[in-house]
Amino acid sequence: MTPILFAVLTLACLGFALGIGLSIADRKFSVEKDEKLSALEEAMPGANCGGCGFAGCAAYAEAVYNGTAKAGLCSPGGADLANKMAKIMGLEAVEVEEKRVAYVFCKGNCEKTRKDFKYKGIPDCNAAAILFGGDNACKYGCLHMGSCIAVCPVGAISKNAEGDIVVDRSKCVGCGKCSEVCPNKVIRLIPASARYAVACNSRDKGADVRKKCDVGCIGCKICEVKYPQSGFKVDGNLSVYDNKTCTEDTVKAMEACPKKIIYRPDA
Amino acid sequence: MSYIAILLTYIFINNFILVKFLGLCPFIGVSKNSESAIGMGLAVTFVTGTASAVTWCVYYGLLLPLGLEYLKTIAFILVIAALVQLVEMVLRKMSPALYKALGIYLPLITTNCAVLGIAIINIDQAYGLLESFVAGIAAGVGFTLAIILMSNIRESLDLKPPRKQFQGVPIAFISAGLMALSFMAFDNSLLSNLHLA
Repeated sequence: MTPILFAVLTLACLGFALGIGLSIADRKFSVEKDEKLSALEEAMPGANCGGCGFAGCAAYAEAVYNGTAKAGLCSPGGADLANKMAKIMGLEAVEVEEKRVAYVFCKGNCEKTRKDFKYKGIPDCNAAAILFGGDNACKYGCLHMGSCIAVCPVGAISKNAEGDIVVDRSKCVGCGKCSEVCPNKVIRLIPASARYAVACNSRDKGADVRKKCDVGCIGCKICEVKYPQSGFKVDGNLSVYDNKTCTEDTVKAMEACPKKIIYRPDA
Repeated sequence: MSYIAILLTYIFINNFILVKFLGLCPFIGVSKNSESAIGMGLAVTFVTGTASAVTWCVYYGLLLPLGLEYLKTIAFILVIAALVQLVEMVLRKMSPALYKALGIYLPLITTNCAVLGIAIINIDQAYGLLESFVAGIAAGVGFTLAIILMSNIRESLDLKPPRKQFQGVPIAFISAGLMALSFMAFDNSLLSNLHLA
């Protein structure tokens, strides 16, 4: 037998033996995966955003399968997914929390808000906040370092031309990671149906706010007192919208706001 | 060579990544955060250890008696690939927790050159079975050490990034080069100073 044939045969035999060994092992060690679990994983959006509180879509599917988690926690999937999951698991249709999206409650960019000092450290909101609560004179506002932009799993947050942080509502899946990372909690989730929002987070007194920022809520209570049906309520020097009411008063209050900081998040 | 000498040789003196430049692909690819770096390091250690033992058996049990020593590279690739597949199956069945920690990294290192490298080095150095196994584990530990150091450097770099031109892979390569330089401090005098050589 020529050496080359011998070598080829040996390798072929080795490969063949290993192949057979592997296929036997595959039979022996096969793990049966329940159809329901595969179906659940299939139905997931696959963004792995973690908004449900689990490590990812597969982890949440497994928790639902084991009965340790409810269907309907998935914000990107919404009602469709919740019903689908309930159907797979043979449960009644579940109540779904309304889809929520992130909104930045501050329009105080570098032109509108005074600075206390010049920050030159690590470009990260939490690092900046450690140093005297950040460089902004207002200690409640957006620090504009973009920690929320970095953490957003779907790239829905960006900085616009004026330097404000804005959320693209069509992309936002409502996972809430931005809110978690924000040191001032100035970016928060609001119901997607909320039509108005007071874009300020400051609880300073009116006179202080005036000194620090051009677009801060001064707690003048015009929206609350003059337009009682508007749905705005001043609490601790800050007007807050109840996310539901939509009357003539609301529209008028928006126009009457002396600082013009009532915005339409959906616009 | 004593086992301790073999351990020191492959962890420090002949560190697979920083001195021998083997297995650089996962070193750059999976070193972005320390959690996955540890997972990758453990998976590599596991595979280099078992692969060393198995390839030793294949070489001395099959190739040498048949006079086919020159086929060792291709035969080792075959054996290691099958071995990793088998290990993955066994892990999935026997220990789902370990499978979750290592599982996703195992297919990545099926034909990693660090794994093949230690198998061939074992034969070249004419190690015995146990010595080969120890050398395999040590090579994996050296890999783990390097990748964990690297991931910590890269995590720090994420916090305070360098100039834009250097961000990402360029600064990673520069850091790796500096780390390799510092590992040159380890040479055979380490062994002779410890009276191991």
